[in-house]
Amino acid sequence: MARSKELVPGIGRLSRSQVAARRGLWKGPKKSDKPAVETTPETVEKTVGGEKNNGTRLVPTTKAVRYYPAEDVRQPKKSRKSPKPTALRPSITPGTVLILLAGRFRGKRVVFLKQLESGLLLVTGPFKINGVPLRRVNQAYAIATSTKLELEGLEVADKINDAYFAKPSKSASLSPEEEFFTEGKPKEKEALPESRTADQKEVDAVVINAVKKVENLSKYLKASWGLSKGEFPHKMKF
Amino acid sequence: MARERTEWRAVLDGWEDFALDDPSNFKRFVEVGRVVLLKEGDYSGKIAIIAEILDQNRAIIDGPTSGVPRQPYSYKNMVLTPLKVTGLPRGARTGVVRKVAEKEAVVEKWNKTGWAQKRAAIEKRRSLNDFARFSVMLAKKQRRDAVRKTVRKLAQEQA
Repeated sequence: MARSKELVPGIGRLSRSQVAARRGLWKGPKKSDKPAVETTPETVEKTVGGEKNNGTRLVPTTKAVRYYPAEDVRQPKKSRKSPKPTALRPSITPGTVLILLAGRFRGKRVVFLKQLESGLLLVTGPFKINGVPLRRVNQAYAIATSTKLELEGLEVADKINDAYFAKPSKSASLSPEEEFFTEGKPKEKEALPESRTADQKEVDAVVINAVKKVENLSKYLKASWGLSKGEFPHKMKF
Repeated sequence: MARERTEWRAVLDGWEDFALDDPSNFKRFVEVGRVVLLKEGDYSGKIAIIAEILDQNRAIIDGPTSGVPRQPYSYKNMVLTPLKVTGLPRGARTGVVRKVAEKEAVVEKWNKTGWAQKRAAIEKRRSLNDFARFSVMLAKKQRRDAVRKTVRKLAQEQA
């Protein structure tokens, strides 16, 4: 099947005779000398102790596999394709004001910082202005506006990556009762670790500085976006 | 026979007088020299001058000062404006149309009309981005506030 690329699994592009023609076996065996393959003996004679063991025993050099499937199961075809990294829309550059369209902060205007490895966008409100924290969003659920902030000297720390936003894995599954209540009372919310607030402040400092330079921009980010009668997003300029 | 002919003559004269006494209610006509606003096609939104009337459907228009090349255009795709250039001969070519249009400053006159200004304003509003729309909203709020306060103040003074 090497020459006959598969159309669908199990069916090659070429017929049997076409493959045979391409293999060209009628030309006779190839003339070139094959490199000598070192053969290892299948078994090795080893001495064993014990009176009734005849002194020596033939031991296979490679151990037989201990497990084999009882039924023949077809191996699924291995895919050699790998997903391409998500391309960032050209309208989105660091400092672009985005309008979020989905999720908890839908309708909010936020500032784009950078694209993460997963292809998601790292955005910030900034938190102090409109309450949107450092957050990942999918670019499919954001409108890129033509308003851009001059984010000079913005350096997002490498630690703010996809893993930073991953939920901490729970050690053991708790019963619903244990999960939400302690001693018959609702559990208190766990406070956000201080490192998070510090990271937020560090990133936002640059952004807020840039926001202050433009008149009304702070109000703009604070206000939420929406459509009113007779407004069609595909006919509007952002 | 002769008498009959004079009688007919008199009747026709009467009709002519009648026609003269009854001017049309319309104010804009499809005529050579009429400035039109194009509504469809590549030159939509620009103005041009009627250079020649081809038939009841089309006219040759020309707009050398407004960026419209000489071409036949359907009446369906244009609107007559109140502007008109005088002294443009029938079927004048682009050079003559340019001369007349420049002399009468057609584009400048058009740009001064309320119609053109309203169109420009609408165009400008449509081209604003999200942030500019927001800024307009803020400005309108401010204006409303100033008007409201002044009106209230004046009303109190009068009362």
